[in-house]
Amino acid sequence: MSPSIAEPKYQPHRMARRWAGPLFGIACFLATLTGVLVLSVVLGAVIAAALRQPGAAPWYHLGTNLRELFDLLLGLVQKPQSSDPLRAGFRAGVVGSLWMLGLVGLMAIPVGVGAAVYLEEYIAPGALRRIIQTNIANLAGVPSIVYGILGLAVFVRAFGMKEYALGRTLIAGGLTLSLLVLPVIVISTQEALRTVPNSLRQAALALGATRWQMVRDHVLPAALPGILTGTILSLSRAIGETAPLLMVGAAGSIGVLPRSPFDRYTVLPVEIYNYAKNPKVQFQTVTAGGILILLLLLLTMNATAIIIRNRYARSG
Amino acid sequence: MSLPDSSVAPTASPSQPPSPSEGPGSIVLAARKLRVWYGTSLALKDVDIEIPRHQITALIGPSGCGKSTLLRCFNRMNDLVAGARMEGEIEFDGESIVGPGVDPVALRRRIGMVFQKPNPFPKSVYQNVAWGARINGYRGDMDELVERSLRRAALWDEVKNKLHRSGLELSGGQQQRLCIARTLAVEPEVILMDEPCSALDPISTARVEDLMDDLKDEYSIVIVTHNMQQARRVSDKTACLMLDESAKDGHRTGVIAEFSSTDRLFTNPVDPRTEAYITGRIG
Repeated sequence: MSPSIAEPKYQPHRMARRWAGPLFGIACFLATLTGVLVLSVVLGAVIAAALRQPGAAPWYHLGTNLRELFDLLLGLVQKPQSSDPLRAGFRAGVVGSLWMLGLVGLMAIPVGVGAAVYLEEYIAPGALRRIIQTNIANLAGVPSIVYGILGLAVFVRAFGMKEYALGRTLIAGGLTLSLLVLPVIVISTQEALRTVPNSLRQAALALGATRWQMVRDHVLPAALPGILTGTILSLSRAIGETAPLLMVGAAGSIGVLPRSPFDRYTVLPVEIYNYAKNPKVQFQTVTAGGILILLLLLLTMNATAIIIRNRYARSG
Repeated sequence: MSLPDSSVAPTASPSQPPSPSEGPGSIVLAARKLRVWYGTSLALKDVDIEIPRHQITALIGPSGCGKSTLLRCFNRMNDLVAGARMEGEIEFDGESIVGPGVDPVALRRRIGMVFQKPNPFPKSVYQNVAWGARINGYRGDMDELVERSLRRAALWDEVKNKLHRSGLELSGGQQQRLCIARTLAVEPEVILMDEPCSALDPISTARVEDLMDDLKDEYSIVIVTHNMQQARRVSDKTACLMLDESAKDGHRTGVIAEFSSTDRLFTNPVDPRTEAYITGRIG
């Protein structure tokens, strides 16, 4: 029996339907905008603060302002720590942060990638793997200050055993930050390894390859863009961390730049924090400049991650 | 279940030692009372099959009856499936290949495999062929081996000018022949093919079938296929697998319904289920 025309079986709420879709789209657009807007406002405020000085060009002189900003940042990178706002800069912090970047990269990447390869390519699925996996996921959510306390107890003080204690050195800070980013590196590397099709593994094994030959020649190269992206992003998290480093003793002020992993150090975020605490109003410019240097460093790293991903995505 | 004598008699001459004969038709692979479980579910029950040397053996049967499982048992690739367990005996050249004493890595070089979907490495054509040989410690002239393998797989003329281009740029049929060339480069004795033509068009399929016919002079081939015409065209012997009707609900257990020469199986099947399957009434 076909339904009569007077009483159609389907009665869509035509008006509501016509409006609900676009409304939902607009709501999502606004949600997207929130993040972008807030970031632009903050960035604008920081840049304005960095340029606030007597006799500065008005904001619409973009060329002059850009040149001034560039000069300011270049100057700040080169100047040492000082209590005089005109002489103060971030040389110690930039050098310390770059040291930290290298140390964390050297320590956290091999361990993190190794753990991920073990979890994805070697261990049989089962209870043990589930337990380890859950633990790593939880570690990724542990607040960074907890890692700071851990680093203080284990690396800086070595549980009170003076002969093993590393003290407030770069290596102690680097080890602490490595622990902090390790779970993130493991998880993002696992994600990358999971995107490698199983047919590739089977092809290698069916030729009489060992698991190591398969991983080295096929799985890791195929997963490399994803691994690099995740790793660089986690390194930029390490560079931005402040709390755990305050805990393990990134120095407030140091006179001599670190020359080995066993020297004392400070890092950019800690220096920014210290300058921001200074009551002199002129330090606002210095602080804003430091924030811009840190942001530039992070944006450069993230851009590198994106470029690597795009390049491999094209050729792969 | 019937296991008639091989249509080709072993040709070992009396002067040769009585140890496993090398002639065509002698047994290269044999499964005895093979049972395979996935977890608690029995996938293959009491499989007895003898694969003749330098011939093509086809495994046919409806979906889910364990054809691919049986194929993967022959080179221990089934070990890689989570929860898979094997019981019974498989012999390769008269020696057992099951149990902890056998190294599956060494076995897989001697028993190669070609998969359903062409899966060349995302590397150059040359590297695709050379890699397997290199990791197995090949010490000879690599250029010569790559050319010989590609010629043997009837692909050389099509790729000789793009050896250093990515293997993924080839057509599907060329990719599958590249995978065959890659397998030949490690000089296996047996080649297992898991529905090698199911992703290919009829022309590519015909080329792969011609190639199989060429290759059986030197290699023993086992092919799983859903295409009964293909089994009939290429194979010397055919095993028809069926689902075990006595299996409990929810478990699909495969058994060998019939194994004989391809001519006999298709023209005069003994088992009623085989007859129903090959005439298209079930499956």
